[in-house]
Amino acid sequence: MSQAITPVVKVQTPFKRICSQFAESPVAMVGLVMLVVVMFTALFAPWISPQNPYDLASLDLMDARLAPGEKGLNGQTYLLGTDGQGRDMVSAIFYGLRVSLYVGLTSGIIALVIGSVLGVLAAHLGGRFEQVIMRLVDIQLGFPAILVALVLLAVLGKGVDKIIIALVSVQWAYYARTARSAALVERGKEYVEAARSLGLKGSRIVLRHLLPNAMAPLIVVGTVQVAHAIALEATLSFLGLGLPATEPSLGLLISNGYEYLLSGKYWISVYPGIALLLTILAINLVGDQMRDILNPRLSR
Amino acid sequence: MTAFILRRLAQSLLVLFVTSILVFGGLYLVGDPIEILVHPEADQIEKERARVALGLDKPVVEQYYLFLKGALTGNLGNSFVYAKPALEIIFERMPATMELAILAMVISVFLGIPLGLYAGLRPNSPFSRFIMTSSIVGFSLPTFWVGLLLILFFAVNLGWLPSTGRGPTTDVFGLQLSIFSWEGLKYAFLPALNLALLKLALIIRLTRAQTREQGLLDYIKFARAKGLKSSRVVGVHLLKNILIPLVTVIGLELGSVIAYAIVTETIFAWPGMGKLVIDSIFQLDRPVVVAYLLVVVAMYIIINLVVDILYSLLDPRVRIAEQH
Repeated sequence: MSQAITPVVKVQTPFKRICSQFAESPVAMVGLVMLVVVMFTALFAPWISPQNPYDLASLDLMDARLAPGEKGLNGQTYLLGTDGQGRDMVSAIFYGLRVSLYVGLTSGIIALVIGSVLGVLAAHLGGRFEQVIMRLVDIQLGFPAILVALVLLAVLGKGVDKIIIALVSVQWAYYARTARSAALVERGKEYVEAARSLGLKGSRIVLRHLLPNAMAPLIVVGTVQVAHAIALEATLSFLGLGLPATEPSLGLLISNGYEYLLSGKYWISVYPGIALLLTILAINLVGDQMRDILNPRLSR
Repeated sequence: MTAFILRRLAQSLLVLFVTSILVFGGLYLVGDPIEILVHPEADQIEKERARVALGLDKPVVEQYYLFLKGALTGNLGNSFVYAKPALEIIFERMPATMELAILAMVISVFLGIPLGLYAGLRPNSPFSRFIMTSSIVGFSLPTFWVGLLLILFFAVNLGWLPSTGRGPTTDVFGLQLSIFSWEGLKYAFLPALNLALLKLALIIRLTRAQTREQGLLDYIKFARAKGLKSSRVVGVHLLKNILIPLVTVIGLELGSVIAYAIVTETIFAWPGMGKLVIDSIFQLDRPVVVAYLLVVVAMYIIINLVVDILYSLLDPRVRIAEQH
């Protein structure tokens, strides 16, 4: 991502400037560290988990619903307890994090690509095409994301691919709107006029000139949207509409613990929730600082 | 203005029409409701009889045509499960959702604006920093999980408030509402708070941003230079101007609160239309799902329209009629 926001200019490269400005906020740095830890955990879940939570052979029903810190029959200590099937919560959370992040990032990237291409094209081509795209964006943004995703999932059914489709459908419009307005601003600038005077092809102007320069606001929208996507996926899975039980994300883990909550077995729901909260919080803290840095109105 | 409203209403009808086609067609592709509705031991003849009774034996285009014909006379079909008109069931459940949504908006507005004003007027005070950091946390909290925590803390551990369900209702102008009795309010408080949290964070951040932006403008400086009391500058001059964008956002957020009530109602077993639609999706009760979506989309369109009109009335610089 850093490459995209390091165009031209010498002296202190923008990348270095952004890094040093970013480090000015201790809260944002905490967010960044949290984010790195979360990403690391998700990436290496199979190697750092005490147990493979979906290898049924390694589960023991006798170990079900153990409180945090209790020892199981095989002598293993369950730091965060176990769920209704005797699954180690630490491992379940690590694996769940993996699924949640995968779904959030994949849908975010696909939506970013589709949305920014459509948005930049709309700004570049104008006319009918722009009208149709922006009308679609208006309609899409006029409805709450959860409603659109809910209907799509009711129709599509469960599955990782289905939830990614649903999340892309509710997110692309944000990117399209941002990309269009950024590209409109850029298009009026002299370097684009210069490129045009040089007789460069339209596709080259869009890909090499407009798109890279419209990237900064897109990255800001991107961080916020990925956090949204992760929260939305968790919500939908909690409602029983997102992921199948074979690939439990954090939302599904929370949902599984819901039935035990009223009987005081809080850990099955609460710990996956804390993992979810920390993930979203980390992304939002980083995104908040990025927005301040990349906002030209607040630039120092 | 009239032309604008008419044009918007015509557009809205188009949106409703397209929504109905997409949802109707989409839901038609999902599963066979008969398998869920008829008891498991039913034989083929019984199933066929049920299919004919519900009109599911006809081709989808004809089903949609019949639906559309009914829709024009205000009949969106009968629920497969309740064997009552779908609209009637939704309107029965609507007051429960609306009182929750409005209570949530009231909580977030009456807490959010003062907190946002404070954070905007004293951006560097420790309390402001605390407000702003908490609002990021509030933004990041997954609503459904907060709902679980609220139940765990206030209902299970402390036992102060009931965990789920809706309290006794009283008849208010023909509507069954529960928030006008103490007992009912006790049931409504946790779900409303849950629903309010996300909007609270949003309103705090928006109010703060507006306050900081407007606070630098000349009219505020001038009012202060005139020697007006700070309370008057903030309470009259500033508040009036930051309320304009806030009204827009609050209006639009009411719509999103109604939609997000689906989650809160599910957690708190609140018998509103959100809970109804989730149940109906699982029971493949198509008419109820279609009717719910059309009702919510219509509410959305109306809220949007009212907000646009209100905006032009509040801000004389924006005159709808001249724009179009």
